[in-house]
Amino acid sequence: MGDYQTHEYDVLVIGAGGAGLRAAIEAAAQGTTVGLVCKSLLGKAHTVMAEGGVAAALANVDDRDNWKVHFTDTLRGGQYLNNWRMAELHAKEAPDRVRELEAWGAMFDRTPDGRILQRNFGGHKYPRLAHVGDRTGLEMIRTLQDHGIHQGIEVHMEVTVTTLLKDGDRIAGAFAYDRERGRFRLFRARAIVLATGGIGRAFRITSNSWEYTGDGQSLAYHAGAALQDMEFVQFHPTGMVWPPSVRGILVTEGVRGEGGVLLNSKGERFMFQDIPENYRAQTADTPEEGWRYTQGDKNARRPPELLTRDHVARCIMREVREGRGSPHGGVFLDIAQIKEKLPKAAEHIKKKLPSMYHQFKQLADIDITTTPMEIGPTTHYVMGGVRVDGDTQMSTVSGLFAAGEVAAGLHGANRLGGNSLSDLLVFGRRAGEYAARFAKDHQPGRINSEEVEAAGREALAPFDRSGGESAYQVQHELQDMMQDLVGIVRVEKEMERAAEGLGALWQRAAKTTVVGNREYNPGWHTALDLKALLTVSEAIVRSALARKESRGGHFRDDFPAKDPAYQTFNCVVEKGLDGGMRLRKEPIPELRPDLKAIVDELK
Amino acid sequence: MTQARFQVWRGNSSGGKLVDYSTEISEGMVVLDAIHQIQATQANDLAVRWNCKAGKCGSCSAEINGQPRLMCMTRLNELDLGEPVTVEPMRAFPPVRDLVTDVSWNFRVKKQIKKFKPRPPDAPDGTWRMQQEDVDRVQEYRKCIECFLCQDVCHVLRDHQLHEEFVGPRYLVYTAALEMHPLDTEDRLSELRKAHGIGYCNITKCCTNVCPESIRITDNAIIPLKERVMDDAFDPLVKLIGLMTKKVAGP
Ligand SMILES: Cc1cc2nc3c(=O)[nH]c(=O)nc-3n(C[C@H](O)[C@H](O)[C@H](O)COP(=O)(O)OP(=O)(O)OC[C@H]3O[C@@H](n4cnc5c(N)ncnc54)[C@H](O)[C@@H]3O)c2cc1C
Ligand code: SF4
Ligand code: SF4
Ligand code: FES
Repeated sequence: MGDYQTHEYDVLVIGAGGAGLRAAIEAAAQGTTVGLVCKSLLGKAHTVMAEGGVAAALANVDDRDNWKVHFTDTLRGGQYLNNWRMAELHAKEAPDRVRELEAWGAMFDRTPDGRILQRNFGGHKYPRLAHVGDRTGLEMIRTLQDHGIHQGIEVHMEVTVTTLLKDGDRIAGAFAYDRERGRFRLFRARAIVLATGGIGRAFRITSNSWEYTGDGQSLAYHAGAALQDMEFVQFHPTGMVWPPSVRGILVTEGVRGEGGVLLNSKGERFMFQDIPENYRAQTADTPEEGWRYTQGDKNARRPPELLTRDHVARCIMREVREGRGSPHGGVFLDIAQIKEKLPKAAEHIKKKLPSMYHQFKQLADIDITTTPMEIGPTTHYVMGGVRVDGDTQMSTVSGLFAAGEVAAGLHGANRLGGNSLSDLLVFGRRAGEYAARFAKDHQPGRINSEEVEAAGREALAPFDRSGGESAYQVQHELQDMMQDLVGIVRVEKEMERAAEGLGALWQRAAKTTVVGNREYNPGWHTALDLKALLTVSEAIVRSALARKESRGGHFRDDFPAKDPAYQTFNCVVEKGLDGGMRLRKEPIPELRPDLKAIVDELK
Repeated sequence: MTQARFQVWRGNSSGGKLVDYSTEISEGMVVLDAIHQIQATQANDLAVRWNCKAGKCGSCSAEINGQPRLMCMTRLNELDLGEPVTVEPMRAFPPVRDLVTDVSWNFRVKKQIKKFKPRPPDAPDGTWRMQQEDVDRVQEYRKCIECFLCQDVCHVLRDHQLHEEFVGPRYLVYTAALEMHPLDTEDRLSELRKAHGIGYCNITKCCTNVCPESIRITDNAIIPLKERVMDDAFDPLVKLIGLMTKKVAGP
């Protein structure tokens, strides 16, 4: 298989988005040697695309906010399948993590008295999202990057990990290739943090980039770690739908937070027609009250457009299905109408939502200050992922940690907007800290050279085959199948078909061939990504079949109601001894009494 | 559905050439879509960087019909499709393969610039107070998506290859963001003048013209920095003259 370059670190962090950077910074601060690898260039990870903001109960805009309210909002949004310990730590620590960014140079938008400004977002009771216009992710990743490059972290850009290596039950290293030359790298590490992000590329319509092929979930799974809650995929209600080439690109929830409303083809604000029972008390009765809420009136309740994403996405689907959609199969999102209520509305929109203005103007020839946008649901985020310990972020494999979107637990059945960026900071830091501690307490594991050889052979296999189809073909068919059969609305029969379809796709993936050589060859990379895409797709299908109810991001047309019996466990998948995927129902530990008291009090 | 013709630079560090492709185009397509379509159907190994497809990550920089642009934000309907559209890598950086260039120099340069150093917190809870007016200016610089198109077009780097002497417009914007940050206390002016070569910039504004984030690089970042560097350079002298005149004019 040819030779490979070897690197050795106490802690290896895989992924350089918000979670990976924060983990690396923390591990370096603990005095360990740290290597950081990422598939793209530094600063280009998904985190850069985040728009709306980072959720933290700073209480700068509404002093009624505190960690307890954030905690209960997160559980309510996650429909009580959350790892409550993570929800607790997240709500308590997010404010400090955000303030720390300011100490590292971040510049959030300001309140009139000069503090960090916060905005409204779906499912958050009070204005809670610290933000910079609609480019919060850029601010966050750049702050972490610019701070991180001075902490002695060694960064390996455009390097993709394909296999995790173990010594018995514990982690020992990772095998990777560099994109530029296609050469192999062996990373030996005492502890590894996975911070590889999500899985959106398993679906056709997505806001996610080529990187989101579920690598971390798959790496962990094949290394013997458990995955949890994989049935919960978030379909964001507002993606672009027209023109076709931009389908799926995100339209931030911030548009609705600033007063944007959803309308069907008849001009009706259909969201007022279906407000779930558990949110009724918090939702505005009239459009007028909803508008006041978006303008900061503390006595007003939020408009139904800001209900949780799963619910809004399904309402949009219903409008489209029942023939009240927009010309290109979505509905209308109208921010332009605020001009009836606000002087200088056009300037206000450009100031608050500059990149949305730019995006529509340039990609769709639409001026959002005068014209409603056409939007529809898009695959956005995966709540499920690697099962971790709430305090340390260690997976079920010793020495293997996970943080950020790749990890499961915090968000339960549905993530609230803004809770991802805060997740990255809180649990990135924790993963970095505990990985460093693990590294200090353990000697390096032994690397089994046969495993390394096997990983190299596996990576080169597509070159050794001939006459097979291209990886792009297989990838597109997988995306179509997942979109059509395991998307927003699911039924048993269709998912059974998807399960069978996956079997066939596995076989085809094993025969794909690539043209060209090993130098920066995306065809080859796409072929290697298929293993991860198929692994996570299988985990999604199996978990979705097992959950015979509707909850959060998982909606079953054949079981449209929520079933209390399903509130007691998480679906967990693991690799069985025979190499096949095993699913079990893992009971959720009972809520700690003091936390339960908080939930009851704030119901 | 119509066909459009493209000439895409294919090659690596030892050389390359424009290769003809033709692909079907549909409403709203951008250059990156066309490249992806060619990649998926005709040239599986065509190397190209991208991430967000929405002008937010700065990965997909290239030269389209000779103009430095983001491929994901260049609509085909703004180009003359009567002629083949040429798509080439950024020329100021060494080619890696096809449309991918070696931009690692940029990351090394950034590391040489002294990092943010805030003044002590304003409030007992460890936080600071800043007014929106004060952050507006710096937020403009912080919109930078590090696409390096400004670096690509700057003649000091592109034609004169002064990479060792001049940090380029991107890093002048970066330095401006730090220098004008209301909380920052670090001094970067002497490096700016010496190691970072701000004097090489002769304010041609080519960088401003290509910036996809519409950052007014020259007017709002480089010129104010040049002024500061001048003040700083002359400052000791001014002080000395001040002292002397005082003495002369003394009682
Ligand atoms: C358009 C958009 C807008 C969003 N807006 C918001 C928002 O306003 N608020 C919010 O809270 N959340 C938002 N989200 C969600 C949030 O941005 C993401 O969930 C979050 O950024 C994920 O961060 P991460 O650190 O887990 O992973 P990422 O930032 O995705 O980083 C993953 C890293 O892992 C690397 N990697 C992956 N696989 C491998 C491998 N095999 N080998 C080596 N490296 C690998 C990648 O190269 C990358 O560096 C948004 C998401 C999108 C797409
Ligand atoms: S204005 Fe200065 S930095 Fe910008 S392109 Fe011209 S010489 Fe280069
Ligand atoms: S300043 Fe503008 S052109 Fe230069 S790297 Fe930043 S975004 Fe790109
Ligand atoms: S792909 Fe992100 S800027 Fe073009």
